[in-house]
Amino acid sequence: MSFQSIKRTALGAALLLIAGSFAFACQSTSSTDASNSDAAEKVYVAPGEHDEFYAFMSGGYSGQLGIYGLPSGRHLKTVPVFSQFGENGYGYSEDTRPLLQTSFGFVPWGDAHHPKVSQTDGVPDGRWLFINENNTPRIARVDLTTFETTEVLEIPNSAGNHASAFVTPNSEYVSAATRFSIPMDEENLQNQDVSIDSYKENFNGTISFIRADKPGEMEVSFQILVPGYDYDLSHAGKGPSDGWSFFTSYNSEEANTMLEKNASRNDKDFIAAVNWRKAEEYANNGECRMVPGEHAHNHVNHDTGLAESEMRDEVCVLNPADNPGMVYFLPTPKSPHGVDVDPTGQYIIAGGKLSTIIPVFAFDKMIDAIERESFAKDIDGIPVLNYNELLHGEVENPGLGPLHTEFDGKGYAYTTAFISSEIVKWDIEKTEVVDRIDTYYSPGHLMIPGGDSQEPFGQYLVALNKITKDRYLPTGPELWHSAQLIDISGDKMKLLLDFPTSGEPHYAQAIPADMIKDKQRKIYDIKTENGNPYKVLNEDETGIERRGNEVHVYMSAIRSHFVPDNIEGIKLGDEVYFHVTNLEQDWDIPHGFAVQGANTAEVLVMPGQTRTLKWTPTKTGVFPFYCTDFCSALHQEMQGYVRVSPEGSDVPLASNAGQERPGSQLLSK
Amino acid sequence: MQWSAPLQSRTRWAVAIAAIALVAVYIFPIWQISLDAPQYPEGLGMEIWVHTVTGENPNDLQNINGLNHYIGMKEIDPDTIPELVYMPWIIAGLMVLGLGVALINRRWALALWATLFLLFAIAGMVDFYIWAYDYGHDLNPEAAIKVPGMSYMPPILGTKQMLNITAGSWPAIGGIIMMLSCAAACGLTAFELFWADTPDQNASDTDTAPSSAPASTDASIDVHPSASSASSSSTSVA
Repeated sequence: MSFQSIKRTALGAALLLIAGSFAFACQSTSSTDASNSDAAEKVYVAPGEHDEFYAFMSGGYSGQLGIYGLPSGRHLKTVPVFSQFGENGYGYSEDTRPLLQTSFGFVPWGDAHHPKVSQTDGVPDGRWLFINENNTPRIARVDLTTFETTEVLEIPNSAGNHASAFVTPNSEYVSAATRFSIPMDEENLQNQDVSIDSYKENFNGTISFIRADKPGEMEVSFQILVPGYDYDLSHAGKGPSDGWSFFTSYNSEEANTMLEKNASRNDKDFIAAVNWRKAEEYANNGECRMVPGEHAHNHVNHDTGLAESEMRDEVCVLNPADNPGMVYFLPTPKSPHGVDVDPTGQYIIAGGKLSTIIPVFAFDKMIDAIERESFAKDIDGIPVLNYNELLHGEVENPGLGPLHTEFDGKGYAYTTAFISSEIVKWDIEKTEVVDRIDTYYSPGHLMIPGGDSQEPFGQYLVALNKITKDRYLPTGPELWHSAQLIDISGDKMKLLLDFPTSGEPHYAQAIPADMIKDKQRKIYDIKTENGNPYKVLNEDETGIERRGNEVHVYMSAIRSHFVPDNIEGIKLGDEVYFHVTNLEQDWDIPHGFAVQGANTAEVLVMPGQTRTLKWTPTKTGVFPFYCTDFCSALHQEMQGYVRVSPEGSDVPLASNAGQERPGSQLLSK
Repeated sequence: MQWSAPLQSRTRWAVAIAAIALVAVYIFPIWQISLDAPQYPEGLGMEIWVHTVTGENPNDLQNINGLNHYIGMKEIDPDTIPELVYMPWIIAGLMVLGLGVALINRRWALALWATLFLLFAIAGMVDFYIWAYDYGHDLNPEAAIKVPGMSYMPPILGTKQMLNITAGSWPAIGGIIMMLSCAAACGLTAFELFWADTPDQNASDTDTAPSSAPASTDASIDVHPSASSASSSSTSVA
C-alpha cells in the first residue's frame, strides 16, 4: 500500500467515525425529548432578579474572558485579558498597553484557555481568577472586584502554554506546562536554530510553578525540565494529595510531524505526577540552576492605576535527574487529555482521547508504589510506575473520546465524550456508569460550579461544546460555540438550556454569586483611589502643556461636557496625550473619549478613573472629539474640537473650555 | 400667675432633659431630602446637619449637584451657607439656657427659654423656606433644561414631583429630637403657667436639690393637688 492510499484509508475511517457520531446524536434528538417540562422555570431569572452563579468562561481564541450568569446563560460582560479590546480601549490606552508586553515585544492577541478561580483550603474563594495564554505563554490575574486584568506574567522556556492555569489548594502556585516542546541547549535551555528532525535529540518541555498568592508579585518560582512530549492538561492534588500536581502528556513517541498519526501509536502515554512541595524545597535550598530566560512581568500599579512592564532575565530550573523524588510518570492509555482529581483528593482520573475506558488511579496506591520503588523503567531520571499497581478501577463503556471529568461532591463523576457527543455520569467508588445524556455537539470541557474543588456546589453542569451546527439561528459560516446547562440535582441528568458563548470557552469556572456580588467596585474614589499622576481633581486643574513635541491635555469629563473642549496649537509631528479623568462619582456613569483619526481606539473611563489616549495627528485641520458612552440626556452635546496646524506654525498652544465654567480661562503655556 | 414662682421639681428635670437632648443635633442630621428617580434604584438624598450638608451616600451631594446643573440650580455647597457656621452656636446657646432655667428655677426663665426656642424654630423653618425658594427659583438663564413656568423648589415638608424626580423632605432624627425638645419647652411652660399649683414660697426656696426629690412623692402631687400636701411633701424632701 502506498503512503497515499494509507492516508486515504485513514481519512475514510475518520469520516465514518465522525459521521457515525452525528447520526447517533441526531437519532437521540428524536427519540428522547432533550429538555424536560419544567426546564423553562428552572432557568428563568425574572426581570430585575439576579442569577445564582457567576460563570467565568474562557474566551478561547478571542483571548478574553466571558462572564455569564447561571442558570439564565446571560452574557454579562467580556473581560479583556490577552487581546486588545476596542470596546474600552484595553491594550490600546497608554495605561493598559504594558499589560500586553512580552519578550517578543507588544503582542496584541492571545489564545486563552483555562480560567481558574483562586482557592483557600481547596475551595474557590472568589478573590482572583487566573487564566492562561497558549500561544505566547502567559498567565494573567483578573481581579474579581473590578473584573479587570491586573497582572500578566510571561513564562520563559516554554511554548504552547496549555496545561495551565491550575491552582494549588491555597493558591500558593499556579502551574503551567509546555504543550509544544522546543529545542533547548544543554547549558542555558535557550531555543535553538536546529533541524526540526532533531526533535528526539534536542527538544524538551518544562513544567512551571508560579507563585500567585501575592497580587502584583507573580513570579516563576521554579521550572522542572521534562522530556520532549506535549504536556496537555493539569490539576493540583487536594486533601491527601495536596502537595502534588498532575499533568497529562501525549506524544511520548516524540514525533515532530503528522502528530495526528505519529503521536497516536503508543498504547500508553504518561501522567506526570509532580511533588511540588519537594520541588519547592529544592528551589528554596538553592538546589536549582539559574538559567537565562527573558520574560515579561506586567502589572497594574496599585497606587497609580497605570500598568507597568518589566523584563526579568532568569529562572530557576530543576532537573529530575539531579533532583530525585520530584516527578513520576503514571502510564496512561492513549493520548490522555484531561486529568482530574476527585473532591476527596484520592482519585486521579484521566481522559484518554482514544481510549475505550477511563482509568481511575488511587493516590495512596501511587504513594505506596513510590515507597516500594516499584518502577517499570526510568526516563531521563523520571521513574515510570506500573499501570496495574496504581489502578483503583477502569470505567467501562464511558463513551467515545473521553476528555474531561468534573465532580458533584456526592460520589459521582461526569465525563465528556467528544466523539459520541455525550456526558456520562459514573460512580467513582464502583467505577460504573449510572447515567448518560446527549450533548449538541461534541463537548470538550465540562464545568460544575466548584466541580474541580474539594467542595463542589453541584446543582448544575455546563457542557462546553465545540460544535454548534443547527442549535441556533445560523450566522453565516462562523457560529458561536454552544454551551448547554444540565440539571444534575437528581438521579437523572436533565438538559435545561442552550446558550451561545464567545470565542471557544475551553474551560470555565463558576461560583455562587453571593461570594462576590457585594464586593463589586462601583466607582473609584477620585480623591483616595486614583493615584494617576495625570489626573485632575476638578475642572480648575484641567489644562494643556507642551513638552517638546509631546502635548499633554489634562482633561475632565462630567455630564455633559469635557474641559477643555476647544484646543489649538497642536502641530503636525506632535504626539498628543489626552489624559481624561472622569469626575463622576456615580455608579455606572462611564465616559468614553474618541478623537477622529486616532490609530488606536476609544478610552472608556470609569467614574473617578483617569485614562490616557495617545493621538498622533496625520492631517491638518480641525477634528472633533466626543463622548462615546451615552451618559446623559445631553450626551450628544458632549463634544469638542482640536485644531491641528502645519509643522512650524505659530498658532499658540491654547485651550478654551467655554464661557462660564471654572477652568474657562484661556490656558496657554 | 406667678412669674417668679419656682418650678415643680419634675418640670426642672424635664427642662434639663429637654436641653441635654439637644446634644442629638450634633450627632444626627436635622433634616433629610430624598430624590427618587427610576435611574437611581439605590436612592439619592442629602442630609442637613447642624454644621453642614452631606449626601446620604458618600457622593450623593455631588450627584445631586450634577443633576441640578442641567436646570441651572446653584451648586449646593455647605461652605456658602453661613447658617451652618452659627447654627451650632445657637443650639449650644439654647442648651445652656435650658440648663440655666433648671438652675434658676423660675417660671419666667422657662417662659423666656420656650419663647426663644420657638422663635428660633420658626426662624429656622422660614430660613429653610427662603433657601429652598432661592435654590428653586434663582436659576441660571443659560441652563440646558428650561421648562416654561417650572420652578424647582423642593418641598419644605412632604413630597413633590419635579420632572422625573419625586423629592421628599422630612425631619431627620436630630430634627425630630429638636422639635420634641421645643415642644417640651412650650408644653412645660404652659403647664407651669396654667395648670400647676403655685408651691409654697418658703418651701420652694429651700428646694435647691431637685435631684433628691423622689418620684413617688412627686407623683402624689398630681393625684392630690392640694397646696398642703404639695408643700408638706416639698418640705419633707428639704
